Amino acid sequence: MKQIDIVIIGGGPAGLAAAISARDSGVKSILILERDKELGGILNQCIHNGFGLHTFKEELTGPEYAQRFEDQLHARKIDYMLSTMVMEISPDKVVTAMNRTEGLFQIRAKAIVLAMGCRERPRGALNIPGSRPAGIYSAGTAQRLVNMEGFLPGREVVILGSGDIGLIMARRMTLEGARVKVVAELQPYSGGLKRNIVQCLDDYGIPLKLSHTVVDIHGRERLEGVTLAQVDEHLKPIPGTEEFYSCDTLLLSVGLIPENELSASMGVRMNPITSGPLVNESLETNIEGVFACGNVLHVHDLVDFVSEEAKAAGKHAAQYVQGDRQPPGHAVELAAANGVRYTVPSRLDVDRMENLVTVRFRVGQVFQDCYISVYFDNQRVQHLKKRALAPGEMEEVTLKKEILSQYPDLHTITFKVEKG
Amino acid sequence: MKTIELICINCPLGCPLTVNLEEDGTMSVSGNTCPRGETYARKEITNPTRIVTSTVAVTGAVVPRVAVKTREDIPKGQIFPCVQALKDVTVQAPVHIGDVILPNAAGTGVDIIATQNADIMR
Amino acid sequence: MYDVIIIGSGVSGAAAARELSRYRVKACVLEKEEDVCSGTSKANSAIIHAGFDAASGSLMAKLNVEGNRMLPGLSKELDFPFEMCGSLVVCLDQDGLPALEALRDRGIANGVTGLELITDRNRIREMEPNLTETVVAVLYAPTAGIVCPFGMNIALAENACTNGVEFQFNTEVQSIRKTEGGWALETNQGPFETRVVVNAAGVYADRFHNMVSEKKIHITPRKGEYCLLDKSAGQHVNHTIFALPDKLGKGVLVTRTIHGNLLVGPTATDIEDKDSTSTTREGLDQLIAKAGKNVDRLPMRQVITSFAGLRAHEDGHEFIIEELADAPGFVDCAGIESPGLTSCPAVGKRVAEIVRSILSLEPDPDFVGTRKGILDPKTLSMEEHAALIREKPAYGTILCRCEMISEGEILDAIHRPLGAKSLDGVKRRTRAGMGRCQAGFCSPRTMEILHRELGIPVTELTKFGGGSRLVAGTNKDML
Repeated sequence: MKQIDIVIIGGGPAGLAAAISARDSGVKSILILERDKELGGILNQCIHNGFGLHTFKEELTGPEYAQRFEDQLHARKIDYMLSTMVMEISPDKVVTAMNRTEGLFQIRAKAIVLAMGCRERPRGALNIPGSRPAGIYSAGTAQRLVNMEGFLPGREVVILGSGDIGLIMARRMTLEGARVKVVAELQPYSGGLKRNIVQCLDDYGIPLKLSHTVVDIHGRERLEGVTLAQVDEHLKPIPGTEEFYSCDTLLLSVGLIPENELSASMGVRMNPITSGPLVNESLETNIEGVFACGNVLHVHDLVDFVSEEAKAAGKHAAQYVQGDRQPPGHAVELAAANGVRYTVPSRLDVDRMENLVTVRFRVGQVFQDCYISVYFDNQRVQHLKKRALAPGEMEEVTLKKEILSQYPDLHTITFKVEKG
Repeated sequence: MKTIELICINCPLGCPLTVNLEEDGTMSVSGNTCPRGETYARKEITNPTRIVTSTVAVTGAVVPRVAVKTREDIPKGQIFPCVQALKDVTVQAPVHIGDVILPNAAGTGVDIIATQNADIMR
Repeated sequence: MYDVIIIGSGVSGAAAARELSRYRVKACVLEKEEDVCSGTSKANSAIIHAGFDAASGSLMAKLNVEGNRMLPGLSKELDFPFEMCGSLVVCLDQDGLPALEALRDRGIANGVTGLELITDRNRIREMEPNLTETVVAVLYAPTAGIVCPFGMNIALAENACTNGVEFQFNTEVQSIRKTEGGWALETNQGPFETRVVVNAAGVYADRFHNMVSEKKIHITPRKGEYCLLDKSAGQHVNHTIFALPDKLGKGVLVTRTIHGNLLVGPTATDIEDKDSTSTTREGLDQLIAKAGKNVDRLPMRQVITSFAGLRAHEDGHEFIIEELADAPGFVDCAGIESPGLTSCPAVGKRVAEIVRSILSLEPDPDFVGTRKGILDPKTLSMEEHAALIREKPAYGTILCRCEMISEGEILDAIHRPLGAKSLDGVKRRTRAGMGRCQAGFCSPRTMEILHRELGIPVTELTKFGGGSRLVAGTNKDML
């Protein structure tokens, strides 16, 4: 059986950054397994601009951003296999994969970096009633059809969900000649970035209906229309508010789910809130030497943060392979409370942590003029003023090792949203 | 005096900007957290511009389409003429990021360039 | 001039066609949709009933038990998935016991074997740990099972086709007229002539029956809505769990499916429109409310899709399988509602016997009664799987990542007899697109293969034939 030091599952932005970072940390034997026929993952279909402001201080499109990392990968001569599907990973890190040329094969890895990304929630997950005609697509599927294959899914479009992909697709469909009639959002706030509402909807006069959802789908063969209705504070449709929109296409942008079937089957423990693995300060899962980063860990808004997280995962995987780690020491739990839904990581080891550890999290609702507070057990140690917090925008707080070291009895760090 | 509310689209922060427009045409911008916010607000009031991205057909490549963008931002009103100008454009592989796909698109003076590599099909 | 024309290629029509293909006969199946298994047969509970439901002495009871006995053999002959997982009827209070006993007695009278009334709660809990706490007894039917309805329907049709039965799709019968030697059928694809007609038109069977007979029948489309849950919920129950029918009706069943998902349903609503398979808010809400009655901790958050099917409910609630007295040469196969899926092997046999008695058919010595299904590489050993990819590299490319379906399987589905022509055709044959992402990832790839293999322009590809086009045009085509 082939032996590889670090096997990286997925060659999207997370996998690429993890591989580059692992190599720069001194690991020679690295292999990326990518299921698609090219590297770059979902970035290849994200042809819009807005990527890389943090990483490269310039505004790139998705394919350009991916190419920057691919160039670094090639410069370092890191191995990768395309059109290769990982079928199974055993708890002792034997990866079973297959492709057309190598057939079915196994690799024994010293460390594994999970970087499989996420998938879109389908219609069924919302249980929208109505018929089941052609013309209902998840926004990402439509994005692939339009941007990579050159096909227009339909001419008159309603979009359910104002996540970023939905907003981006409203503009893309418009610029390809379709008429986007409305974007409906179940929540009283948009799940997407404000800049996308401005430049994808407002620029083209596309209305955004907050607190609205699709309550019926019409048409037997091809979609003929949808019924929208307003929802109450419990997100239940309000009778009498129904409104029919004729359309031949319904795009769904109703959430992303980390794709963790492989992780779960190898015994990686999951966080039910993020649907991603529970990880420590090294982005290491409960299985030693198995790391996770990017959208498979938790869904990000910005690829720049995926790259940053993956860089850390790659470095930690390298340290693990090289045996260059402190022995386990002072373990601290990270807890989310008062409006904070989760934290990544969810535990950390003060002795093992780097000087700075970034803790990323999301809030559960919109907050105005509030604080993000960090408690070391019962003592508030950080109190950060925030003008606005929204579930659609990931937040981060940095923890410093030198400060944590001063609290030898610290048990739990709690992250909260607090008013004034 | 006129007050205009904007949301900065420069970066994901999406700062809410307030522009005070005086009778004599002078402007003051507040709410921005970086200098780019002010530049954006002034431009958005006088001559709003956008980067436009799209795709064109490519032949002889492993992929059927290749992604493109305007090299710089163009006036908002030129977005559709610019996209229309790309309608019948077909390029031949190989294509490299930065290759000019359509010079001076729709008379904007701005070139449309490739944002994706398209290798030749072996 | 055909000897036999069968209207409809659902399980009944396909089973009849397959049985008839044992004989030297010029037979043709007319199907209004683009594929087999496009009506009642595609959207149901996908279960094989033991046979204690139908009234003793009825044709329904007889064919249910007979079909149930034929299924294990048939699934091997035709290589479609079937498992005898057993069913439980759940009784939640002492007052229900007489009804449960009556069900058992009726089952015994119908010839169902192995029925057992279990009151030992420890044993019940062992069999089915997620049954609700208040269960007092269950009726266990070990001969009940689960089947892939698409797999069975497609297998029957494919085998009939291989043995010489013609299939005409997108062919809707508009009128039927008696002629000297038999029947003339007008369709949207032109006229057809035949000596014998088999009316296996599901919810439309009354329409054709009433064209030729004075003794009218009436079929009500009875809508049943279902929720399908992810495979991660598939182990929630081990058997098919039925509610004990009470004055509020039959209740909904909870079952794992042959492919390891969990299925909850159906509702029962009589409707007018024979084409309406829309789900409704009320129906889905009702399902969610009722499903939890017998089974605890149902993970309804893991629903991946919901759907509705129509049962062909005839007013007399009985299978009508006979040559019409006032229309000789016209054979009804009507009112085939539950347990129609279970009964179909027996239904097919009975139809063939009737047709045989009319036409005096000779056995066909070339009849091949077996068929190989689409190879599922997951059933192979690692070595066999590797060898398969070496021989056919298309098996090395996974197209549907949720169900792990390879390009090789999709090519097989397209190129076999009565192959797939649409996205749903591929889905029903291979399961590509049936998983938790519901075809989000694989549909563009499957479209590319359908386009490449069948030469259909992408803009003409459909979800399920007719006007169900998948894309409207190409980028900027209207700019």
